Amino acid sequence: MQVNDNKDFQPTIVAFCCNWCSYAGADLSGTNRLQYPANVKIIRIPCSCRLNPIFILRAFQRGADGVILCGCHPGDCHYTTGNYYARRRMSLLFSMLDYLGIEKERTRVEWVSAAEGAKFAATMNEFVDAVTKLGRNHRLEDLRCKKQ
Amino acid sequence: MQRIGVFVCWCGSNIAATVDVNAVTETLAKEPGVVYATNYQYMCSESGQNLIKDAIRDQKLTGVVICSCSPRMHEATFRKAAASAGLNPYLVEIANIREQCSWIHKNKEEATEKAIILGRTAIAKVQLNAPLIAGESPVVKRALVIGGGIAGIQTALDIAEAGFEVDIVEKKPTVGGKMTQIDKTFPTLDCSACILTPKMVEVAQNDNIKIYSYSEVEAVKGFVGNFTVSIRKKARYVKEDICTGCGLCTEKCPQKNVPNEFNLGLDTRRAIYIPFAQAVPKVATIDPNYCTKLNTGKCGVCEKICTAGAIDYTQKDEIVEQQYGAIVVATGYNPIKLDNFEEYAYSQSPDVVTSLEFERLMNAAGPTGGVLLRPSDKTHPHTIVFVQCVGSRDVSGCGKPYCSKICCMYTAKHAMLCREKYPDTEVYVFYIDVRTPGKNFDEFYRRAVEEYNVHYIKGMVGKVAPSGGKLKVQASDLLNNEQLHIDADMVVLAAAIEPDKSARPLATMLTASMDTNDFFTEAHPKLRPVESPTAGIYLSGCCQGPKDIPETVSQASACAAKVIGLLAKDKLTCNPCVAHSDELMCNGCSSCANVCPYGAITYVEKEFRQPDRTMLVRRVASVNPAVCQGCGACTVACPSGAMDLFGFSNKQIMAEVDAICK
Repeated sequence: MQVNDNKDFQPTIVAFCCNWCSYAGADLSGTNRLQYPANVKIIRIPCSCRLNPIFILRAFQRGADGVILCGCHPGDCHYTTGNYYARRRMSLLFSMLDYLGIEKERTRVEWVSAAEGAKFAATMNEFVDAVTKLGRNHRLEDLRCKKQ
Repeated sequence: MQRIGVFVCWCGSNIAATVDVNAVTETLAKEPGVVYATNYQYMCSESGQNLIKDAIRDQKLTGVVICSCSPRMHEATFRKAAASAGLNPYLVEIANIREQCSWIHKNKEEATEKAIILGRTAIAKVQLNAPLIAGESPVVKRALVIGGGIAGIQTALDIAEAGFEVDIVEKKPTVGGKMTQIDKTFPTLDCSACILTPKMVEVAQNDNIKIYSYSEVEAVKGFVGNFTVSIRKKARYVKEDICTGCGLCTEKCPQKNVPNEFNLGLDTRRAIYIPFAQAVPKVATIDPNYCTKLNTGKCGVCEKICTAGAIDYTQKDEIVEQQYGAIVVATGYNPIKLDNFEEYAYSQSPDVVTSLEFERLMNAAGPTGGVLLRPSDKTHPHTIVFVQCVGSRDVSGCGKPYCSKICCMYTAKHAMLCREKYPDTEVYVFYIDVRTPGKNFDEFYRRAVEEYNVHYIKGMVGKVAPSGGKLKVQASDLLNNEQLHIDADMVVLAAAIEPDKSARPLATMLTASMDTNDFFTEAHPKLRPVESPTAGIYLSGCCQGPKDIPETVSQASACAAKVIGLLAKDKLTCNPCVAHSDELMCNGCSSCANVCPYGAITYVEKEFRQPDRTMLVRRVASVNPAVCQGCGACTVACPSGAMDLFGFSNKQIMAEVDAICK
């Protein structure tokens, strides 16, 4: 694992949040004015099970440095079982990404309920720290996608 | 070519203080496809909405992006505004630059940059939005109430009053719930049975209400407006329509030693029983665990004695299937088991009782006929110690972390009633805090202390030790900082209350969400307190959180109002953001149907024209848009990429990813 020494490095983080729990949790951390870095950009999806592994690959290909998926706690899914599917799919995908050289710390699944604004902010702070330490992600980045 | 309008909201200073709204507007105006961009102080206000409507008409916009607060807040508002200006409401996208930008960042430069990216992401998405038309589904004008306690009764009565049919499913042989076991109610001290039983009779006599007693919900299918529920009517071995409720069988049954659950095991009943005199329906039930005839084939006394001929030992459980438009959960509560609280010697001495048992001991219809006697030796207790918060506000893991809310008041009531009936008793109440918020509640508590001289002591009881017919109570008095030793005759434990055990499996059937304590979660803790986040499921009473009777009844009526609002509609608008399958790509592999939690996907044989002009019949997936809830599980499971989700399509999400990573 290489350690980043560039102090000014600002990672690009994509956070996928399910509409019912985690997106509401993210809203709650806003309502409570809990700070987390501006690097995190949230994409709203109906359920964590909507997250196609292709979206994560696409993000890394386009130059994301970390991708995090947030969903309802196991057992609390609005659609009953969605987060269980997400959990299985992501554990498979993340181990494959690890094999491809995308460090495990760059990908993460976290359960955040609509009431856990503080947890959302804390998770994002932690995740951004971890990715910042790793530095830029070059492995899957497709240079053809870069704007000249 | 797309013609997109961008509207940036200041939200007063909520957004404008940390985000440079002018810079955001100017930058986003240069994005491809954007033909109009502006900002305004309050986009959600009437003039703000008019600004959007005018722009849609004047600029002939094909898509609208609003940079404002969370879509959870005002998406519906802006969609409505767009629709009234003639734009399909699903061509509106919201960039959340308040909750997820201006409120969490302090640095204006950073926040502005992020707001631009979020706006750009929304623009990228809206380019790919398709106009969606919400479908309609019919509403079955009948409601189901699960649980026949005071919450269920009140909800059912109010719905029936509005002219809709209601079914009550109650797992016990009678409706009435916990309130039937209570002696007096605080803070007025009126008799619980006297106010409840007329309501039970009203339910039984109402033409719009049907009671399924001794029944349980077995399976729930369908969705709001159109649920199909299977109800298991358990065999009571007595023909309900023939039994007159005379009670002769319950006197002659030779099997006498069955613990009477109505009196919490403080006395016994027969194997054939009517729970209590005012039961509704007043029909006998045979307890299959204790009946000699059912277990050994010999006996049959009740059959011989029944003049109506209502006994039927061959009765089997029956499954009834019924359609409903709305389902009300009113499953109520139970006091917790006290296994984790051995220090109070509940299992060692019969004179240590729970508050509900104490309620039965004080009740005129209870095992002692309303005379307070110690269960062990049937003598009058002279010193009674009440322990509050047994298992409530307990973060150690033994009990429940929440406040059970009703214990302070009923303990004050018990203490007061003791002192009133038996002025020679000494009554001690140990408490952590006395919580009496409620109309006339604090006055009631003060009466217990000031008029009835109940000794309220702040502190917890450490140990109760039975010794020589007495209960030695060790406790601490925190205010005087001393240890107390009391020789008590009885100890009454205010056990925490927890949701009924049937609640969790029921929640799974209903796909309704629950919190970690197994209380049902409401759609919004403040603004939608009687609805579950699952459409068509409503919450009444203690299944949603601890409540006293007045609060339960108000919630039950509120719940009925919501149900009536739903049943009064003939049709419901469906969520158009549902899955759909591309028939040309689908190979009918069933992967999608396997992951669908709603059974919304079926397979149809369809004829396709081949390139060589021959016809081929293939099996392809077909999504029922009325049943699909739009979770998207199938879209990922599909190996050929035929499944996609309207409103959150693969292309749309990919465009968002691209815009963020640019």
